[in-house]
Amino acid sequence: MTAHMLVQIPLLVVVGWLLVPVLPARVAATTAYWNHRGITGLVLATLAGAFWMLPRALDAAITDPLVDAAKYLSIPVLIGLPFGLSWPRAGFIVRGVFLLEFIATFFRLGWLYLIWPDRLCNNYLLGDQQRLGHYMVLIGAALFFWVAGTLLWGRMDSFTQARPPSPRTDAGT
Amino acid sequence: MPILRTLLASLALILVGGAALAAATGRFRAFTTETARRIEVREHPLELPAVALETAAGTRINLSDLRGKWLLVDFIYTRCPTYCVALGGEFAQLQDRLAGPLAQGKVQLLSISFDPDRDTPQRLATYLKLFRDRGEGWLAARPIDPQGLARLEQAFGITVIADTFGGYTHNVAIHVVDPRGRLVEILDVGNPDLVAQAVLQRTSP
Repeated sequence: MTAHMLVQIPLLVVVGWLLVPVLPARVAATTAYWNHRGITGLVLATLAGAFWMLPRALDAAITDPLVDAAKYLSIPVLIGLPFGLSWPRAGFIVRGVFLLEFIATFFRLGWLYLIWPDRLCNNYLLGDQQRLGHYMVLIGAALFFWVAGTLLWGRMDSFTQARPPSPRTDAGT
Repeated sequence: MPILRTLLASLALILVGGAALAAATGRFRAFTTETARRIEVREHPLELPAVALETAAGTRINLSDLRGKWLLVDFIYTRCPTYCVALGGEFAQLQDRLAGPLAQGKVQLLSISFDPDRDTPQRLATYLKLFRDRGEGWLAARPIDPQGLARLEQAFGITVIADTFGGYTHNVAIHVVDPRGRLVEILDVGNPDLVAQAVLQRTSP
């Protein structure tokens, strides 16, 4: 369970992210047209992420090869790719909201896995679930301190630097 | 207006994604496989396959032979140190609480082993004895061939995985099968009164 959620799924997200540079320019331009500040893409990544966080979905990916195939396809295309397209366009507030929710999700799910007395997935042992919860709380804490450190000691405009090159046209039309 | 376009696209995604999530969770009721199969059989009773079994007494029966009675089915392996002990104890308690319908042949308790290689009829008999089987209405049995076991696990939604102590971990429940041989309800373990009540409600005219 730990390997599934903290290694395999993140790697699939990275695969999608790596697809960004090879995306045809026309496709990238079309998505950008609908993706002001990266909001649409982050909404898509969040929804697809929510699906693959369902214990049912994880179970089904193990027992049903079709669902497993859907996982290998959908995580890069519906999470990694839109995230990679959207994150550079996201401004300070969008990033802040996303990171806050991302960190909170690690804490919420981690806590749930730690305290839940029953197995949430039929294909994994209770000990595995609790170990995953432990790791998720730790990752949530690490992300929190990283964001807090960036806010305190980093350059506040380091977020805005990463905006698309022509913010003027983006705001004007 | 890029903001309006984005708002529109995001709202459309939320609608589609929300509908997909609702469909994947049975309208936000089932987040785990266990809950899902409980809701699924309650809404769509499931026809069970005819599978050949060997009982603790060594006799060969077929699951379909037991039609005509209400069945309470659980899945066990006799070496199990945890859940199956709880299940065995609960079935013994159910024998007391359901003594009437069991004696009338309206109800039958059935423990099926998912470890047929090790769970010989002798071992199944020992398992029954361990819980002071009252001698009426409780069968322990093992599937005769592996395909039969696979079909049972598939139909009942039983997932068996190896644990770290050389045993198995498996999902635990009491399965209610109606006299037509359909799985109609899946009940939680730990409250024999509730199970007895559910069965009495169904068997009383």
